[in-house]
Amino acid sequence: MIHWVELTVFAVLFLLVTVLGFVASRWQRGGSLDHLDEWGLGGRKFGSWVTWFLVGGDLYTAYTFVAVPALLFSSGALGFYALPYTVVLYPMVFLPVLRLWSVSRARGYVTPADFVAGRYGSPVLALLVALTGIVATMPYIALQLAGLEAVLRTIGLNESGIGGHLPLFIAFVILALYTYQSGLRAPALIAFVKDILIYLVILVAVLYLPAKLGGWTHILDVSSAKLNKINPSTGAKTGSVLLTGANQLQYITLAFGSAMALFLYPHSVTGVLASRGRAVLRRNMIALPAYSLLLGLLALLGYVAIAAGSTPIVNRASGRPDSNTIIPVLFHDQFSSWFAGIAFAAVGIGALVPAAIMSIAAANLWTRNIYKAFLKRDASPAQEAKQAKLASLVVKVGAVLFVVGIDPQFSIDLQLIGGVIILQTMPAVAIALYTRWLHRWALVSGLVAGLAYGVYLLYIIPNPATKAAHFGGSALTLGKISVFGAHPFGDSKVQIYVGIVALLVNLVVAVVVSAVLHATKVGNGSDETAEPDYHTDEGTLPARTITEGATPAT
Amino acid sequence: MRWSAWNLLLLVPFLMLVTPWFNRMEPRLFGLPFFYWTQFAFVPVGVVCVAVVHLMTRDSGPPPPAGGDDVDALDEGALR
Repeated sequence: MIHWVELTVFAVLFLLVTVLGFVASRWQRGGSLDHLDEWGLGGRKFGSWVTWFLVGGDLYTAYTFVAVPALLFSSGALGFYALPYTVVLYPMVFLPVLRLWSVSRARGYVTPADFVAGRYGSPVLALLVALTGIVATMPYIALQLAGLEAVLRTIGLNESGIGGHLPLFIAFVILALYTYQSGLRAPALIAFVKDILIYLVILVAVLYLPAKLGGWTHILDVSSAKLNKINPSTGAKTGSVLLTGANQLQYITLAFGSAMALFLYPHSVTGVLASRGRAVLRRNMIALPAYSLLLGLLALLGYVAIAAGSTPIVNRASGRPDSNTIIPVLFHDQFSSWFAGIAFAAVGIGALVPAAIMSIAAANLWTRNIYKAFLKRDASPAQEAKQAKLASLVVKVGAVLFVVGIDPQFSIDLQLIGGVIILQTMPAVAIALYTRWLHRWALVSGLVAGLAYGVYLLYIIPNPATKAAHFGGSALTLGKISVFGAHPFGDSKVQIYVGIVALLVNLVVAVVVSAVLHATKVGNGSDETAEPDYHTDEGTLPARTITEGATPAT
Repeated sequence: MRWSAWNLLLLVPFLMLVTPWFNRMEPRLFGLPFFYWTQFAFVPVGVVCVAVVHLMTRDSGPPPPAGGDDVDALDEGALR
């Protein structure tokens, strides 16, 4: 059954942002869009406000808005890790992000892998970083689609088979077309609409719903009672409104690891590099936590949904209840139809903004670090831009096939893997911003070791609730860690985030191999960057002329 | 490396990761357990720490160019 009022409101707002997406190509245009700096970084001149909306739209995605409350709904306090994650994020990245911006501006870098290539003169290391970035980003895009689909199915567009994905196809073809045409300016402009809608919906939801449902005391009591029930398929409590002895470490490492991973994702770097100067970034690091507040409030809606007795919709394409529909269902049950339509549009448009930025970031990686580095070294700026535009289409088609061909549950697993593997680029990208002591071949070894061990650990984690033997989540029980057959933690039931464990292995390998290579005097490549590059600001450089080649003016 | 002791303030928000300190129900605020509202209270703590570091370590390079055609007109930065 289709809910027509909701669908109409949704469609009107969707149409509005489509028009914006196409108009965006004319917005604040400096040079020709036939240059990667223009198409892929919006001319590198976004100011504080635009950056705030763009990076906000980039980091706080529809999937976050849908999945974080869904996690509280199903397992309680653990899902609230999203709040500490986005609070420690800004103090953590405040200094390194400024260095990355400066060196990228000074040397004309477009991607994190560009920086690695310049810093170490090692195309192999850069290629590995680029591939890791692309592989980690693809399922992330697919998840934005999962968020969009959760909304569409709640509206009533919930058919079985391939036809059930048709609305998603249409939405994505439109997105692909205006991203192709306007580049990064499209999501930057649409982010304004997205955020206004999201703020409106969340504020109404967190003020109105708790009052309607008997206040927070009642909501928490009901949630606590429900989470304390024994789940028949696992024989344990489903969750708790406080952390337990077993998941406290998981909460801490998940928040810390996710914060560290976030600005390693290529799409975050794209948002950062598109800003005009260091002052813009500094102001944003202070202003962006406004979204964190929003995310925390939104997370609590998971408990509101328990108190309201909402139940997830069964996805007719997969035949299973889709827990990501819980927040859309809550809105549908509790709001009037037209306001539910606005709320759905907020989530839906919230999926388009990051999906566009992510596909641009992946396209930039392909173009700069694979196409130009290996396939066509003499590519002109116009050829680079063309290549990136085409790659952005390929990436989106890939993401759609992902969602259609694979069980949505599996796409969430892949996202989990994505987070663990992007974290492994930390030494090569973040530590390299400060020192070249880690040897390039040591970074290659550490990255490969971290990737392999991380994926292996994810593989051995079962999920008793869904009866899956592998890839059952990112919570590793310490008792499962073995060091050459010995179990240093005995049979401890304490859980930890896999990403952190894999990163530790990565770092140990990188440090040991570096020590050996330095001792044996193996060459460490050439560094094209110099210390002043890391402090370059908008005023200290002549404005880069966009028509010129990618070679930087220094 | 341009180091300033003010940067150490950036470590303060990480106290939020010491969960045993606040992993309990009471006292509640507006019905929210201590665990939740304490973490909300850390959002302004993080903002203040980053803001102080920002203000005390402003880059001392030449000032950015005034005006400029390529500056986003929507932005307050354009008015400097």
